[in-house]
Amino acid sequence: MAIASSLRGIGTHVVNGVWRIGYATRFFLMTLFYSGASFRRFHLTVKEMFSSGVMSLIIILVAGMFVGMVLGLQGYETLKRYGSESALGTLVALSLVRELGPVLAALLFASRAGSAMTAEIGLMKATEQISAMEMMAVNPIARVIAPRFWGGVISLPLLTAMFSSMGVFGGYMVGVVLIGVDEGSFWSQMQAAVDFQHDVLNGVIKSFVFGVAVTVIALFEGYDAPPTAEGVSGATTRTVVQSSLAILILDFILTAFMFRGD
Amino acid sequence: MERSALDLWVGMFVVAGIGALVVLAFKVGNLGTYNVTESYQLQAYFSNIGGLKPKASIKSAGVLVGRVTEINLDTERYEARVVMSIDKRYQFPKDTFANILTSGLLGEQYIGLSPGGDSEFLKPGEVIKKTQSAVVLEDLIGKFLYSKAESPSK
Repeated sequence: MAIASSLRGIGTHVVNGVWRIGYATRFFLMTLFYSGASFRRFHLTVKEMFSSGVMSLIIILVAGMFVGMVLGLQGYETLKRYGSESALGTLVALSLVRELGPVLAALLFASRAGSAMTAEIGLMKATEQISAMEMMAVNPIARVIAPRFWGGVISLPLLTAMFSSMGVFGGYMVGVVLIGVDEGSFWSQMQAAVDFQHDVLNGVIKSFVFGVAVTVIALFEGYDAPPTAEGVSGATTRTVVQSSLAILILDFILTAFMFRGD
Repeated sequence: MERSALDLWVGMFVVAGIGALVVLAFKVGNLGTYNVTESYQLQAYFSNIGGLKPKASIKSAGVLVGRVTEINLDTERYEARVVMSIDKRYQFPKDTFANILTSGLLGEQYIGLSPGGDSEFLKPGEVIKKTQSAVVLEDLIGKFLYSKAESPSK
């Protein structure tokens, strides 16, 4: 009996997991299908870009600056052993543009903006605002979900670009201004190594994919949250955990496709 | 918050984001040194290209004059065919010599062009006839050991 019940437990978990993935996919497709209104009434999307993009600016800029500074410091210590301090610019720029920029900006975005989205929508559901909209024949997906989705998807690549440029600036401050690496070789080696298409555009594509993943997870968790105080707090936690994992796993997959074999 | 203030903030945010992208493209990346339109193609056959890769630089007298765009194996002569795109400002004589060289001891490989004395210039699409392959370290060591074995101790 104990074996049967534990098998049943596993079965329930798997069925629930598959069901949730299916429900999330349908939710994502519905969001895309009802996206028309978020572009026709663009001020709805602009409002969400303010709350997810502009409000995340400070944490993104400060974090980018410090990540770049740390990279400059640690990179210098290591490169100095091989007498190639002039490659510091390459190291800082490539690691930021390819990996650290998209991933760290997305992680910060998930915990700063994603959790807020989940809590907001979960609370809207708990206070029956979403049911009220349905009663008034307003589609909550078109009115509430889609603008937040597009606001997040547009904001994250812009935030990532700012994160990476801030990071390069931080690396420049530490490497060139503080430590005294030659300024000319810092920039020229960086420009020789960073390719616009291969590095910068692939970073933008990455951050776009992360933006889709983070906002869909955050919105779905909020929309699916049990309408209680406990349910909303659990959903917020799940948003941060799941979107962080999704970012890291997607990053590995995208890196394997983009930067393999060179 | 008021609608106009909101729009202003979001507008500034978008402009700053695109500005950061432009900085990444021109200051950090190589878009500022890109001349896509003004180039012409040349080809060269090598019996061994070593570690040459697409986008490797092509230098003449140490000056960057172009990039390798394509490398493939020509199955008619079983040699590597290297397509190079050269800056239009630079013309090379017909008897130019193409060598695969290495920058530094362990650095990247690049193609060095040494111009000859011919009065006619290579036209776009033409093949550089005189080439020298990459030096492969194993071959070099092999030759060295072989010559050592040939001439016994003096």
